[in-house]
Amino acid sequence: MPIPTPFHSRTALLCQTNEWRDWSGYLSAVTYRPSHEAEYFAVRNAAGLLDVSPLYKYEVTGPDAQRLVNRVMTRDLAKCRVGQVMYSPWCDEQGKAIDDGTISRLGETQFRITAADPSLRWFQDVGYGMDVEVRDISTSLAALALQGPSSRAILQNTFKIPELDTLPYYHLLQTEFEKKSLTITRTGYTGDLGYELWVTPEDAPLLWDRLIETGRNYGLLPIGLAALDMLRVEAGLLLIEVDYTSSLHARIPQQRSSPYEIGLGWAVNLSKADFIGKQALLKEKKRGSPRSFVGLEVEWMELEALFGKVNLPPQVAGRASRNPVPLYSNGRHIGQATSLVFSPILKKYLALGTLGTEYLKRGSEIEIEVTVEYQRRRAPAQVSRLPFFDPPRKKAVARG
Amino acid sequence: MADRHDAIVIGGGHNGLVNAAYLARAGLSVLVLEQRPMLGGATVSEEIYPGFKFSVFSYVVSLLRPEIIRDLQLPRHGLTILPLESTLTPLPNGEFIYRGSDPHETFRNISRFSPRDAEAYREYGYAMYQMAKAVKYILGIRPPDPTSFHPRELLALLRLGQHFLGLEEEHLYTLVKLMTMSSADFLEEWFETDPLIATLSSSGIIGTFLGPRSPGSAYVLLHHYMGEIDGVFRAWGFQKGGTGGVAEAIASSARELGAVLRTNARVAKVLTRRGRAFGVVLENGDEIQTKLVVSSVDPKLTFLNLVDPNDLPSDLVYAVRNFDTHGSSGKVNLALDAAPDLSCWPGEGPHLRGAISISPGVDYIEHAYDEAKYGRFSPNPYIDAIFPSMIDPGMAPPGKHVMSCFVQYAPYHLAEGNWEGQREAFGDAVVNTLSQYIPNLKKIILHRQVLSPRDIEKTIGLSGGNIFQGELSLSQLFFLRPVPGYAQYRTPIRGYYQCGSGTHPGGGITGAPGRLAAIEILKDLHR
Repeated sequence: MPIPTPFHSRTALLCQTNEWRDWSGYLSAVTYRPSHEAEYFAVRNAAGLLDVSPLYKYEVTGPDAQRLVNRVMTRDLAKCRVGQVMYSPWCDEQGKAIDDGTISRLGETQFRITAADPSLRWFQDVGYGMDVEVRDISTSLAALALQGPSSRAILQNTFKIPELDTLPYYHLLQTEFEKKSLTITRTGYTGDLGYELWVTPEDAPLLWDRLIETGRNYGLLPIGLAALDMLRVEAGLLLIEVDYTSSLHARIPQQRSSPYEIGLGWAVNLSKADFIGKQALLKEKKRGSPRSFVGLEVEWMELEALFGKVNLPPQVAGRASRNPVPLYSNGRHIGQATSLVFSPILKKYLALGTLGTEYLKRGSEIEIEVTVEYQRRRAPAQVSRLPFFDPPRKKAVARG
Repeated sequence: MADRHDAIVIGGGHNGLVNAAYLARAGLSVLVLEQRPMLGGATVSEEIYPGFKFSVFSYVVSLLRPEIIRDLQLPRHGLTILPLESTLTPLPNGEFIYRGSDPHETFRNISRFSPRDAEAYREYGYAMYQMAKAVKYILGIRPPDPTSFHPRELLALLRLGQHFLGLEEEHLYTLVKLMTMSSADFLEEWFETDPLIATLSSSGIIGTFLGPRSPGSAYVLLHHYMGEIDGVFRAWGFQKGGTGGVAEAIASSARELGAVLRTNARVAKVLTRRGRAFGVVLENGDEIQTKLVVSSVDPKLTFLNLVDPNDLPSDLVYAVRNFDTHGSSGKVNLALDAAPDLSCWPGEGPHLRGAISISPGVDYIEHAYDEAKYGRFSPNPYIDAIFPSMIDPGMAPPGKHVMSCFVQYAPYHLAEGNWEGQREAFGDAVVNTLSQYIPNLKKIILHRQVLSPRDIEKTIGLSGGNIFQGELSLSQLFFLRPVPGYAQYRTPIRGYYQCGSGTHPGGGITGAPGRLAAIEILKDLHR
């Protein structure tokens, strides 16, 4: 049975639909109101508030903290300054991705890592023999994501923190509210302007109340996982166990992926000192990766035509779909689309997926399976740049 | 006697029944002869106390081969496996470890002892899945003879080699570790929480005269994991109506296929003439002629009792005499007047629908084993208990319950005295041990049935009371089971075959020996 998060006393009252999902063993609202679309648009137009407490969180401290983090992560964490946050995958010795998350540098010798899966054992074991302590702080840290164009204004009006205006993308602030310690990171999973707020579980309800209070004047809505899933696909952000399988949980070798194969090649730094998976990744870099992670845009006119044949308008899921569908090229199976969504703001049918790298060449015809009135059809799709939706406000600073 | 059958199967346990069903399916007229008044062998449900049904011997199912379930259409014949979803390990200090069907709940439960172990538990599950997948292949094949140059054997060995070379490197290493290590040592590579290691390692000692620290026990651990992977029913379950329902389903299928099943028919001897079996003689003197005889009873009975050992090669006789059938487990079945109340988890709850494992530490079980090594039953035994009536209310009158306790260790050979004199003391030890965790137990016991290995031997014929018809040690597995040179279900006597758990791939309600033997027999008959 999933258990409540530290915000449950607040979220339970607001969740009109009573639609909850088990997220890492916690009750997580899927939608608060009958239409998740209002929640989606709150993030793109105003602001949304999402309980992300179920994330696994680890703290790495001690003289060798940087050494450990840098040995785990594929990115160069030596370049991560105090107050900065980096996103990175981490790999096994074969260079296959185990998980991905954010690393916040709270001090010279203090890092905080978020993960989708339990990772204590992996971090501790990698740090064997180092002067470092890895602690699981998952249950001692509650977290909220405040996302959307109004998020900065809401935070400013709630906490009156001048530094917030100049807080750059992927940076953090350690501050206080009402004498309670609060960490604010300018991070998120929506591809929009946004922040994540980290407090102790005891202070969680108060934090929620304060933000909701201020947010009333800014169109803030609590949002659930249904809206988040749409937002993250538009943002081109992949999801473990949906868009790729952790190498620790793969049942067959083909289920494992390197960071290059899941669109995270940019986060692999092969010039830094040894890290786990480096040798394998060096080889793969030289040889080329057999598969690539792509964004796809389904050709709407063709889709309309397919449905038109049975006298229906295109039927696309209102929510993001996590049911993988095959991709084809000239009748050959070349990969799969793993996340699909009709983007309300772009008015496009979008997908994230994996396909054979050779089919990335210009002129390769790519088709995606669509089900038209129970029959399997194929609609053409174009490879698109990721993220699909990338507003300048995501990285912009207010002034300074 | 007038009736003639193509084949006679000795023993109506699940393997005998499976064998008979497969032979009948191929068009043979088959007669099964069971000594007891009921079919099933160790796979049996009996109303020992009025209104209470006991799975007297074998009590849970997981390993029944999916191809058998399909081929014999067992669900249509009544196979209904209800899920046994959890394992609770109560601890002397009032704490407990609960592993249930919700992985996150299990994670949180183990986290209370060690967050590392909570994580390792999931990884361990994946690793064992991979191992079971690797070894599963072996369960479905006749063991090749590694000493033969017959093209058929060489081809089988080649396929086997290819199978193992096809494994990922890391999995191959883990497999070799499983084959050589003790279950506790293997588990300590993953975990640090003693009661968790103890409980998991208990799968490595069940039915075996080994302690959790004995090398070789890790393989038994894997053997018990095998049921996890086939899509038919996952993990361990409980047959509706008790384990006897499994045998009834197979029997019903066999009957439908034309097999004749006779109870109260104890075979005294297999009749042979010039190296060929031609019938059996029953204890009552009746002779029944047949073209072939299949023995589903254990190798000792098959080779040393049912035929004249002097008709067999002496090296075979010697090897069978050395075949280890030393029983190590006992069973205590209880009829309860009310629901049990655990001190670590009072009241009713999901935990009562799963297994209760009395395995508070590795040393606890190892100490229990120490006693048995020197011919004493364990005063503080390892116990795997379930309450079948919690899962299937039909097992006991409303509000009342049956409790099945598998107990280790109960050595077949006692250093002092005999089982007749010590049976009840053994039962007391079990009830006393359980009462430490279930304070109301003594007050609610209506009836107690205590079975020592001697009782198991006496009742259902298993030599030494060994529940697997012989130890599942590496020295008695695959092409060594039951003995080298005779691992392909044949015997030196033409027309005389073996199909019990004493043959590959061994014990547990798998049905695999029965099926594989039938395939070999039908090959010999060119069917």
